[in-house]
Amino acid sequence: MAQPPAFVFNVPETPEDQGQDPSPYDESEVHDSFHQLIQEQSLRAAEEGLELRVLPQREPGPETLGASELLDMSFCFVGSGHQALLGPEGVPDYSTATLRILASMPSRTIGRSRGAILSQYYNRTVRLRRRGSRPPLGGVGRSARPSLRLYDLELDPTAFQEEEKRTLLVKELQGLTVTQRDHMLRGMPLSLAEKRSLREESWTQSGKQRGPQGRRGLLPCCSRLRYACGLGRFSHSVMYYGYYSNTTLNQLCGPPLDGSQCTPEAGGLPYNMPLAYLFTMGMSFFITCITLVYSMSRSFGESYRVGSTSGVHAITVFCSWDYKVTQKWPSRLQQDNIRTQLKELLAEWQLQQGPRSVWGRLRQVAILGFVWLLCLGTTLGCTLAVYAFSELMIKNPVSAEREWELLALPLVVCLLNLGAPYLYRGLAALERHDSPILEVYVAICRCVTRWGRWAFLGQGLCLPGAPPSASTPLVLRRNLILKMVILGILCYHWLGRRVGALKGQCWENFVGQELYRLMVMDFVFTLLDTLFGELVWRFISEKQRKKRGKPEFDIARNVLELIYGQTLTWLGVLFSPLLPAMQIMKLLVLFYVKKTSLMANCRAPRRPWLASHMSTVFVSLLCFPSFLGAAVFLCYAIWQVRPSSICGPFRTLDTMYEAGKVWVRHLEKAGPRVSWLPWIHRYLVENTFPIYLVSALLLAVIYLNIQVVKGQRKVICLLKEQISNEGEDKIFLINKLHSVYEGKERSRVGRAQEAEVPPTLPADERDAR
Amino acid sequence: MGASGSRLSKELLAEYQDLTFLTKQEILLAHRRFCELLPQEHRSVEESLQIRVSLEQILSLPELKANPFKERICRVFSTSPTRDSLSFEDFLDLLSVFSDTATPDIKSHYAFRIFGNTTPSHMVFVLVLLGSWGSSLELILTLSFLASCDCSLDFDDDGTLNRDDLSQLVNCLTGEGEDTRLSASEMKQLIDNILEESDIDRDGTINLSEFQHVISRSPDFASSFKIVL
Repeated sequence: MAQPPAFVFNVPETPEDQGQDPSPYDESEVHDSFHQLIQEQSLRAAEEGLELRVLPQREPGPETLGASELLDMSFCFVGSGHQALLGPEGVPDYSTATLRILASMPSRTIGRSRGAILSQYYNRTVRLRRRGSRPPLGGVGRSARPSLRLYDLELDPTAFQEEEKRTLLVKELQGLTVTQRDHMLRGMPLSLAEKRSLREESWTQSGKQRGPQGRRGLLPCCSRLRYACGLGRFSHSVMYYGYYSNTTLNQLCGPPLDGSQCTPEAGGLPYNMPLAYLFTMGMSFFITCITLVYSMSRSFGESYRVGSTSGVHAITVFCSWDYKVTQKWPSRLQQDNIRTQLKELLAEWQLQQGPRSVWGRLRQVAILGFVWLLCLGTTLGCTLAVYAFSELMIKNPVSAEREWELLALPLVVCLLNLGAPYLYRGLAALERHDSPILEVYVAICRCVTRWGRWAFLGQGLCLPGAPPSASTPLVLRRNLILKMVILGILCYHWLGRRVGALKGQCWENFVGQELYRLMVMDFVFTLLDTLFGELVWRFISEKQRKKRGKPEFDIARNVLELIYGQTLTWLGVLFSPLLPAMQIMKLLVLFYVKKTSLMANCRAPRRPWLASHMSTVFVSLLCFPSFLGAAVFLCYAIWQVRPSSICGPFRTLDTMYEAGKVWVRHLEKAGPRVSWLPWIHRYLVENTFPIYLVSALLLAVIYLNIQVVKGQRKVICLLKEQISNEGEDKIFLINKLHSVYEGKERSRVGRAQEAEVPPTLPADERDAR
Repeated sequence: MGASGSRLSKELLAEYQDLTFLTKQEILLAHRRFCELLPQEHRSVEESLQIRVSLEQILSLPELKANPFKERICRVFSTSPTRDSLSFEDFLDLLSVFSDTATPDIKSHYAFRIFGNTTPSHMVFVLVLLGSWGSSLELILTLSFLASCDCSLDFDDDGTLNRDDLSQLVNCLTGEGEDTRLSASEMKQLIDNILEESDIDRDGTINLSEFQHVISRSPDFASSFKIVL
């Protein structure tokens, strides 16, 4: 059982302490003990009558107890009824001796005293040399807090002076290589002169060795969003499915000599087109899947720390000032922005606290339900519109001269995708502001009348203080639902209805062309949106000199558009293999257009912290509805749909997947050397049992991981509780310390007064004893 | 690269490169800008390394002029006993911490010291800089007022950010004028929220570890905590 370290406590009695502020370099009291203090206290408690008193509460705050409330409610041992002195603003005014001890507490010296910095870096150097992640637990007493074990030189009862710590650090530095030493020195928060002297001392022993000059730290990584476009298509000849041949290319047969098989001539490799097509699609999707899952798991790991999304107030206050601003006007603008942001954060926080009354909560729930109903209704309406329009297109086939009419369906889809986000944003703003029903009707009327973009703009301008990023998750969800449902309807339309309608023709070409048209229309509309939404709005707001200033760059909507574009590509790659190349070019152009527009017309979103959490959301959105939907579409198209009989590499087969089966049968006939492949195919792919087994294993692994994460979160919560308990202990001890000093001070003053009073007690008092 | 008299020696340059996060060009530029602050007759290399420049002159640099934290920054990096002057090496320290390649660790360490650099808590008056756009006359007046008050100009922080520090920090961020400050109730609410979010041990103050923990959650801190000459 570890013994608590023995401390020695020194209560300074000299009056010079009065004027001195706690000096950060005065560390002599760090290692003092409470032992004598407690002894003295218990003696005093036995002698004098003690009174437990609860100090009156200052500034009662919300449910959580702030430190001031805790302090006020703490029990103070008060002798003879004196109250603790209170300084300005109700903060207890500690005596300078208490302040000195407080200032020397390890948690406060970490950031400030040179000795603590030296110890910290000594330990880091030791760890670097030992390559261990924890200091040895053996020598440290149980009372040392885990977080402070890193600075165990501070708690060492042999009380190292600063000079000794420095010598130790220099010794450790000598054991490092030159690069490591310089890297360690560079990162120390000491002044240049001190670093230079440390370096010189550590060099005198090990001799001067010049390392390579001009070392720089690594620059931070670039962005994380990845697109799976590497399909490896090198042929530039064809865009659509229909062109591909269904034979084996390059299989040149010389004249059969003696009835033996065809052998390819030298210089040509046989290329089985159907198989190649199928496998290329399959491999590309597989690689995309792996990449996405890896990316998602990495961002999950980084952003799902407990409490990582909270802390917006602290982060805004500590991290939002941009020090690169050098002129007065932008600086003032920044101050205005930060002030507005802080006020908005406070207002939102207030809103989130929610109305206290039952009636208020019911109203909130009712409004939320109503808004969701509206949104779902809109989505349903849009979906029905798309469905009806597509049926109309089937019924009235487009003649050759009026091919531009084929653009009608993509146009409708794009208009819906454009208009709906503004509607959703308006509804979200309404729901936040608890507005009466009348305003809701007015807003709906404004939105639904299709007066083009200006109506939407007007609504956006008139609604009070609705920042686009405020209710981003909800708006994101609704937008996403709309887009995915529309795409779902279109997929059904193609695979379900068009296949039948285009019997005898090349339906795959048609689907590929539809997707290509959708992509092009999407591109055009995005460009128009950037132009009108941002450039023109800026001109309007400048002309009217509204306080709003430039529009805010809506990250969520832009990323959602990117996801939508990528989904189109994934859907279309089977039918139009060059679609990813078009997508790459479209993305390049869009990137530069958006970047220019952003720099010129928009201001930065006001909640930068949201961006890093959002990247997790976006990658998971890219994976789940988007990629998964495309994969399901692809699987269905490969397994279930009959390919058209006049075009494409699968024209003679029942399903596209049969190409693989045909090849396996061909291999079976080829001979015993490759018999393992058909065996795998028969027993592992066609047989359902291995698939079930693998799925079950996968589910088990996922479940285990979830449980582990849950357990870790529980541990984190427990540790947090433990830390706050320790904090309460600390406050209790501080107050006790303070009261002891107060008592000593009073008794000293009392003794001094007694000494001053002339020792002439009235005679009758003396006689009375 | 500047006047021929103000070239730093190769060894000195290499040493500075090893001990700070600055590149050679940045160090030379810093030296040139520092020498421009000196009077004409003191601009030789040896003198520029010994002499100390007063706070008002450093604060007149355009990169610092518009920064509400300029005074605190200079005080943190000053190594003089009265914390009112910077030598060239202090200036290099400042630029090194604020440079592109400095680690977030050292940046958050110094950010903590800058934010917490306040007058000791038992001082009664609050420092108010009127018309805060860096008029050096007002700065001098305020400083002399402080000196005459028989209060020590010892700006050592006490190692934590308490409510006073936080409210002064917020006032720096929002502007010093009466109409630009947050109201008292807003300020109190904000500070309560900040302490709720970042004070893990619930002692009413934010120490360095808690501060660094909060900073680590923000990916933009390192890129915004930069000053480039």
